[in-house]
Amino acid sequence: MKLTGAQILIKMIKAEGVDTIFGYPGGAVIDIYDALEKQHDLRHILVRHEQGAVHAADAYARANKSVGVALVTSGPGATNTVTGIASAHLDSIPLVVFTGQVPTGLIGNDAFQEVDIVGITRPCTKHNYLVKNVDKLASTIKEAFHLAKSGRPGPVLIDLPKDIVGTPVEFIEPKEVSLKSYKPNYKPNKKQLSKVVDLIKQAERPVIFAGGGVILSQASEEVTRLAKTADIPVTASLMGLGAFPGSDPLWLGMLGMHGTYRANMSIGHCDLMIAAGVRFDDRVTGNIEKFAPSAKIVQIDIDPTSIHKNIEVQCPIVGDCKTALAGILQLMKTKSSENPESYDFKGNRKKWLDQIQEWKDTTPLKYEQGSEVIKPQFVIEKLYELTKGEAIITTEVGQNQMWAAQYYHFDKPNHFITSGGLGVMGFGLPAAIGAKAACPDKLVVDVAGDGSIQMNIQELMTAIESKIDVKIVILNNRYLGMVRQWQELFYEKVYSSTSMENAPDFVKLAQAYGAKGLRCTRPGDVESVLSEGLKMDGTVIMEFVVDKEESVYPMVPAGGAITEMLLV
Amino acid sequence: MKTNNYLLSILVDDEPGVLSRIAGLFSGRGFNIDSLSVASTAEPDVSRITMVTKCEPQIIEQIKKQLHKLINVITVNDLTDKRYVQRQLALIKINAKPEKKADILRIVDIFRCKIVDVGLSHYTIEVSGDSEKHDAIIALLNPMGIIEIASTGSIALARENGKK
Repeated sequence: MKLTGAQILIKMIKAEGVDTIFGYPGGAVIDIYDALEKQHDLRHILVRHEQGAVHAADAYARANKSVGVALVTSGPGATNTVTGIASAHLDSIPLVVFTGQVPTGLIGNDAFQEVDIVGITRPCTKHNYLVKNVDKLASTIKEAFHLAKSGRPGPVLIDLPKDIVGTPVEFIEPKEVSLKSYKPNYKPNKKQLSKVVDLIKQAERPVIFAGGGVILSQASEEVTRLAKTADIPVTASLMGLGAFPGSDPLWLGMLGMHGTYRANMSIGHCDLMIAAGVRFDDRVTGNIEKFAPSAKIVQIDIDPTSIHKNIEVQCPIVGDCKTALAGILQLMKTKSSENPESYDFKGNRKKWLDQIQEWKDTTPLKYEQGSEVIKPQFVIEKLYELTKGEAIITTEVGQNQMWAAQYYHFDKPNHFITSGGLGVMGFGLPAAIGAKAACPDKLVVDVAGDGSIQMNIQELMTAIESKIDVKIVILNNRYLGMVRQWQELFYEKVYSSTSMENAPDFVKLAQAYGAKGLRCTRPGDVESVLSEGLKMDGTVIMEFVVDKEESVYPMVPAGGAITEMLLV
Repeated sequence: MKTNNYLLSILVDDEPGVLSRIAGLFSGRGFNIDSLSVASTAEPDVSRITMVTKCEPQIIEQIKKQLHKLINVITVNDLTDKRYVQRQLALIKINAKPEKKADILRIVDIFRCKIVDVGLSHYTIEVSGDSEKHDAIIALLNPMGIIEIASTGSIALARENGKK
């Protein structure tokens, strides 16, 4: 059977079980778009900017637990994907990004819309390819999907010269991928797992610290079972939210720069930390010398480079989080059936859990909602109540992101979708579209700020055109709030370039795109506006005019110990 | 903290861009490359990169892991604490004044080097050996007026019984 490169591309994407891709056409990929138009199984969502395509694919991957796919043209189409690719790279999200390229004969000639995207994205992809021979196209795509989703996942880019996708060739089903240089280690060392069981047995003040790796390996059930079996409180990084039920009594809240008091104090005082799927980012650890000073640290990660990178650990385990945690549970079960008394943790955790309860009681997350001005935290709390914690929440970056993380309690994994590592403003709206495309039956809400929503506002048109209904909650404080907060605290309130007083009318803006717009200015109306907006059909912007100078607390100043928090 | 020299022997896929991936990894993460030598091996599609890097002991672990993480890197062999043979090649162009010619020839003889080009006013000497030998001969030739040097990076292979 003879197929063109473009047809092979579509066939291979479908073979991976992907039903929706996000993209934007251009001269170099016009053959692919022609082929897309002539088939009906693979849905293409036309975005309004290539960055949006990659963020949408990123969120699609997370919500769907599969691989996200973006398709763009050469030159500027390709360079516009870089932010999205870098974000997916830092968050370890499986993506395959197809970029058009000038015909092979013109490569290197500074042709129109030519850019060396393979060179540009080398440091921010897991791997990338320039396909120079159409015979290798199918196997390259198969390999790219394999790399994207296996081991520590990540984005893979394939650069496709125009002549490659236009050429018909005999299609041969590619073989199973086998790479001599790439064999991720899923199976943890059993001796190490046994050591963890002993450490748990000896520990008086243990904590589980779950990260994005737990979500990626779908290990939240194992985390939850381990926590409940051994009575261990759980905290998570921003990327790990949802790995453990946010409504469970053993939940400590998020850890780090804007972590809860009890989570940060627990890390400061624990004698055992079981860290799963985390990379000890500086936003989590603060001053590394003072991070978990009295703890023995167990670190489970599929990527050996994550271990001993930022922090020395006493019990490293290279392997899949789910397999490792299941192994620990199994060993614990075997050992406790031999000697039930020494594996009954309920009694000896009391002192530790009481201490944590005291931290929680004396220093909870707090804000005061008066009768005049809306507090942003109040909006998120009401959003949580009205959606019963069931919505998929995407966020922009900054204060809106932190309040969403603090006040929306995620009971399930894959429900909080945020640009954690790179911190991309403009992520939330295209991400909401991607998540909704993956999960059409779910309510998807983008929690946004007035600054960041303007960074990819054009994607409103994508949502309207593709009838992908998303709800957007804008916490409008007329500032780039997080930077303003730093300026308030550390730069003598010199609010340099952070005022966003000049902003569009978001209600009219929504209407201009064909969406619905609601504005709320009074605390008493928050619940009714949210309730009305969430119930409306179609895409809705709900703008909440909130306190201009509300800050996110607790806050650990950059470089400080995480137990030394500014509380108000 | 104390830095050491490490000698890494890396087998990679012989593909365009592989060297750039490795160089990019080092520059992006702030690691140093002291010397680098790349050439094909007996196996088609496989190249060997021999690299000398200077860093602190805990950094070398991260370097090795990061190298191994690159999809095109097949193996990373740290030869530093093993028994190995190491060579580098240098061409040294030196002033050959009549009164120094005998001295130069004697040094070349002692170090078992070769004179590969003779002109009216200079000699070019070929030196092959480990880095200590290179340092030693350069120290001796320097006072006579070295004009220029071209040198390769180290290449190395583990000995049959590689363990020390």
